[in-house]
Amino acid sequence: MDSGFEATARQEGEVAVIEMRGRVDALADGALSAAYREVTVDGAEAVLLNFAEVDYINSTGIAVIVGLLAQARTAGLEMRACGLSEHYREIFEITRLADFMEIFPDEPTGVVGATEPAGA
Amino acid sequence: MTARGYEGVDMLMEDAKERGGLRRFRRPERIQRREVRRLGTETFGSASVEVPSIDIAPDDPILAYFQSAPGPVDIDELELASPGVEGLRRSGVKLVVPMVAQGELIGLLNLGPRLSEQGYSTDDRRLLGNLASQAAPALRVAQLVREQEDEARTRERYEQEMRVATLIQQNFLPKEAPRLQGWEFSAFYRPAREVGGDFYDFIDLPDGRLGLVCADVTDKGVPAALVMASTRSVLRGAGKRGLDPGDVLQRVNELVHPEMPPKMFVTCLYGILDPTCGRFVFANAGHNPPVLRAASGEVVECRATGMPLGLLPGMAYEEKEVVVGPGATFLLYSDGLDEAHAPDGDMFGFPRVFHAVGEHGAGALVDGILDELHGFTGAGWEQEDDITLVAVRRASGTGDGDIDQGSREKGVPMRAPAEVIASFELPSELGNERLVMDRVTEAVAEAGVDAAKLERLKTAVSETAMNAIEHGNAGRPELLVQVEVERDGDDLLVRITDQGSHSEIPADVERPDIEAKLDGLQSPRGWGLFLIKEMVDEVHVSGDDEHHVVELVMHLEGADDG
Repeated sequence: MDSGFEATARQEGEVAVIEMRGRVDALADGALSAAYREVTVDGAEAVLLNFAEVDYINSTGIAVIVGLLAQARTAGLEMRACGLSEHYREIFEITRLADFMEIFPDEPTGVVGATEPAGA
Repeated sequence: MTARGYEGVDMLMEDAKERGGLRRFRRPERIQRREVRRLGTETFGSASVEVPSIDIAPDDPILAYFQSAPGPVDIDELELASPGVEGLRRSGVKLVVPMVAQGELIGLLNLGPRLSEQGYSTDDRRLLGNLASQAAPALRVAQLVREQEDEARTRERYEQEMRVATLIQQNFLPKEAPRLQGWEFSAFYRPAREVGGDFYDFIDLPDGRLGLVCADVTDKGVPAALVMASTRSVLRGAGKRGLDPGDVLQRVNELVHPEMPPKMFVTCLYGILDPTCGRFVFANAGHNPPVLRAASGEVVECRATGMPLGLLPGMAYEEKEVVVGPGATFLLYSDGLDEAHAPDGDMFGFPRVFHAVGEHGAGALVDGILDELHGFTGAGWEQEDDITLVAVRRASGTGDGDIDQGSREKGVPMRAPAEVIASFELPSELGNERLVMDRVTEAVAEAGVDAAKLERLKTAVSETAMNAIEHGNAGRPELLVQVEVERDGDDLLVRITDQGSHSEIPADVERPDIEAKLDGLQSPRGWGLFLIKEMVDEVHVSGDDEHHVVELVMHLEGADDG
């Protein structure tokens, strides 16, 4: 079934990148979680969620991201985001996701060295 | 109803399907009589058949018998005290095949004697039984569809009538501000629902004086609007005679009291302004006292006592007088303003009204008050009561700040009716919220919404539609989500209706606690309502037992308060 969403994981140095495409809503949970598991198995220090090819995020998608972020925090893994449009950046701000995930303008800046785990 | 031989049965079924089924047997408590639908002669072509209609009372025991009969029933052999059976026999019915779907009796297939004069064989009965069991569900669906359509039509008609009512009511309000040399008038009216019970009026009097009315009928919506329409006429009639304010209210009270519905009344401030000297004489029937701001900035309340209109006969109304000097302003308003509540339950209250008059009275008072109000209630406020504001300002007379009669304040009463840009319905299938979002985006393409606002609107629309589909309509595709997009002056309205019952969106939708969610103390979900309220300027929720309506309002002009 086409969920309208894909996620692929790859390693860029110390940072694992999860590149997403399509719609982030409740149906994205499966693929996103699978990609996340992949990168944790590979032992990354930080995970960068790349939203550049994402054209739609709704409240259920926010829930999926929050769920993922919660897992990352438990695992001591820093989570970051890049490629967000102005609008979705605003949404990350008002939901306060931005307080727990550093937002980078693009992937190259987002994969620069892992810092201290976010939050606490 | 009779059908002779198999040919008749086929035609009966075709006809029944085509016309949406036999008359539905509804539950006894809902209707008085049941009538087996008459089949006209045309169905049989050349054979002219006199077919009587057969009435079966809802409590007739034959219906329960039919409902549980395993197959076709021979009427002649029934031993049941039933007028229905008598009726069927008299009509020549020999065999009745009940049509039952989901345990409910939907209709009856009534057959007369076989053309060949033989009885109905076992095979015949089996065929008929199969026919009935296949036809019954189809019939039921057809009935449901028709009911749905009827409901949708009724709802549409109701909404259309409300739209017309809104337009009619707008016509009752002054179409333009009075033009008096050296004076500026500004007004604002917004009902809590499609129509409201507030009204204001400007009455031109002989010798250049001006009557000013600000009134409020108890409650809101259609009942209040009806009383408003009639009271307004009476008030206008009495005012036009140029009588003193106290006399006007006294007469109006006598006239409206006999016809006032129980538990309803009208509060009213009526005053007469003499523009040559600024003298304002007024009387008050239980309404908010006007607030006067002198040129110096000092703010006073102008009190006069009197009972609301329509409560008791024989009331007298105290008259008072103030002078509105050069550079002074006064405000008439309804309690939709002071009784507005903020998300934390705090009330706007009189002190804030006075403060706002003090702050903004020298300039655009109505705009200033609205800004204060919106700042107080926050975005996504559901307006609780009708709001009326009438501001009157006198030129300072020193030549500076000359009053521009063509004031472009937001509050100038001239309102073009709202323009419906789009109106459509979609089935409540999961994922259709995106379709709603796309179609709304298309619809507003011409409206010149700036990109950031458009994105916010899209998010709010998508979330609202998702709620309508998944919660209101429980994800049932046969239920529809109705969407309307309107342009109302500088406002863009998107109205989304589902068929769930009305429930309030809590006024205090707080920002979800992300820390609790990250710590696993709460589900990661629950962002929808918050996003909706954050993304648009206003959210109004309304409805009844069968509809839930969410109206999103985006202000197109002016400061971005998102």
